[in-house]
Amino acid sequence: MAPGPDLLLQMYAGMLRVRLFEERVRELFANGRLPGFLHTSIGQEACAVGACAALRADDYVLSTHRGHGHLIAKGGALRGLMAELYGKANGVCHGKGGSMHLADASVNYLGANGVLAAGCVLAPGVGLSIKRRGSAQVVVTFFGDGAANRGPFHEGVNLAAVWTLPVVFFCENNRWASSTASSLSAAGGSIAARAAGYGIPGETVDGNDVLAVWEATTRAVLRARRGEGPSLIEARTIRWVGHFEGDAQAYRTKAEVEEGRRTDPLARLGRLLEARQLLDAAHAGRIRAGVVAEIDDAVAHAETSPLPAPQDALADLFASYPWSR
Amino acid sequence: MGDALNLALREEMRRDPRVYCIGEDIVLGLPFGVTKGLVDEFGPERVLNAPISEAAIVGSAMGAAVTGLVPVVDMHFADFVTCAMDEVVNQIAKSRYMFGGQLDCPLTLRMPYGIGRSGGGHHSNSVEAWFVNTPGLKVCIPSTPADARGLLKTAIRDPDPVLVFEHRGLYRVTGEVPEAETPVPLGAADVKRPGRDVTVIATARMVHASLEAARRLAEEGVEVEVVDPRSLVPLDREALALSVRRTHRAVIAEEGPMRASVGAWLAWVIMEDCFDDLDAPIVRVAAPDVPIPFSPPLEGFVTPDADDVVAAVRQTLK
Repeated sequence: MAPGPDLLLQMYAGMLRVRLFEERVRELFANGRLPGFLHTSIGQEACAVGACAALRADDYVLSTHRGHGHLIAKGGALRGLMAELYGKANGVCHGKGGSMHLADASVNYLGANGVLAAGCVLAPGVGLSIKRRGSAQVVVTFFGDGAANRGPFHEGVNLAAVWTLPVVFFCENNRWASSTASSLSAAGGSIAARAAGYGIPGETVDGNDVLAVWEATTRAVLRARRGEGPSLIEARTIRWVGHFEGDAQAYRTKAEVEEGRRTDPLARLGRLLEARQLLDAAHAGRIRAGVVAEIDDAVAHAETSPLPAPQDALADLFASYPWSR
Repeated sequence: MGDALNLALREEMRRDPRVYCIGEDIVLGLPFGVTKGLVDEFGPERVLNAPISEAAIVGSAMGAAVTGLVPVVDMHFADFVTCAMDEVVNQIAKSRYMFGGQLDCPLTLRMPYGIGRSGGGHHSNSVEAWFVNTPGLKVCIPSTPADARGLLKTAIRDPDPVLVFEHRGLYRVTGEVPEAETPVPLGAADVKRPGRDVTVIATARMVHASLEAARRLAEEGVEVEVVDPRSLVPLDREALALSVRRTHRAVIAEEGPMRASVGAWLAWVIMEDCFDDLDAPIVRVAAPDVPIPFSPPLEGFVTPDADDVVAAVRQTLK
């Protein structure tokens, strides 16, 4: 089981899209263009892209507070996402969600989440409706190493396992739950090993190797499609930046960030493509130019889009509502 | 009322194959018999006995609801919703609004609640105020079998999340249920007893306590009007105001604790809508601000009853 040349190039462009998008939003945030809090996934692109490349368009994704990459990898339009980060009226959630609380139903991205491990209990329900339809879809729920210490992770894995639901629990272990080291907060030393307690496959992969991520996710997805139930994947990765934009990162060493850059998942895939003669400097330049143009377009679109009318704060609460206070 | 709720579940499950029930011990119909026998008609695929995992029960219901199913969650005891508070308050309540209206979340949470039979601190609480205070949820609270059936049917058909508070002391209350399927709309109060002197706005078990109080006060020549809001979100403000404008006096009776409660909010609603019509201050009946105790005399002491309503009505007539 190995991805063909087209998929490899697609994953390369996908990772580059996430990387450059995140770098751009950092810049926009630093320049005061984006309100709120911002959590970027720079360094973790192989997780989002490798996992989503194993999915069909009609599969579902549940995400986290660090979710831009998951949406982009799932095929979400950059315009709607960027406009949402700007808080504009034509953002994908009309400015109601923002970075941490946005969904894009058009690509079955059922939501970033401000609450850790929240997706772990939503996912079994998505799996239940898939099972009822017999549609052989799959739902992937992303969460971090910190979230794996919350009750909903355990409740969700147990329910999906006991009901044999088509769920892939995908843990992006980036070593840090905000500023607390995984080694100081997660007992047992392995999130994947927790799968054994629930009688489901658990696998640890190098989260900076997009091929390894793709392969592990593909195995889990195929198992789910066959009706054999959930799997747990722990992808070990490194976030290059702070927990949030503005995080001074006093809790970790420069060496770790340097390690992240040394194991850069994007450069690693680039080297592999070059070695297989699937990519040369000119081709890479064209891919990059295309991605930059997409991001430029999304920024220009967001910059020129209108802010929501203030009274729209009262819309969208219910499908229809006889308003009373 | 339990049988009426069971009937509503059967009718809606027959009507719509997307509807399913999920909860702890619901195959046997525990703890109050509302789901009894459903599994015989609809099978274990649609009557799901879940692990004792409230977060997963309620969270999975949302996951299912936003992807095409229509779950009806049995909370077993409403007190246990604390174990799924994030799922109700942060996930379900915000699913439509936060995502700009992209997702429907048609789910029903059945909330068996209330004081009675020495349930004790974790099995007696009236928690409806928490959810009235959470934008994005609809909340109804029936007092009769016909209303219970009609409101549960409406809740299940609603494209948004609805909580149905079922007072566990009312499951054995009897009453006429119409032959035809009669959904009761949300936001429609009902006058349970007409009267010209004092309006008592009461919910669930307190409707029955208020009717008892009204019978006793009628012997003294005081005609009490008992108005049951039936749903709290949305609230039928007009019906409440209409009654108070005629009687000029209002009592608000609930079973929950006094402080920052549904009754406190309803008192403000009446003040805002009817201030100039009131001939006396609004009087409230509610439980004291303590957890619900176990021992019968203690439990009895904190349980609002018909005597409390009688005293409150008299106070408005002073």
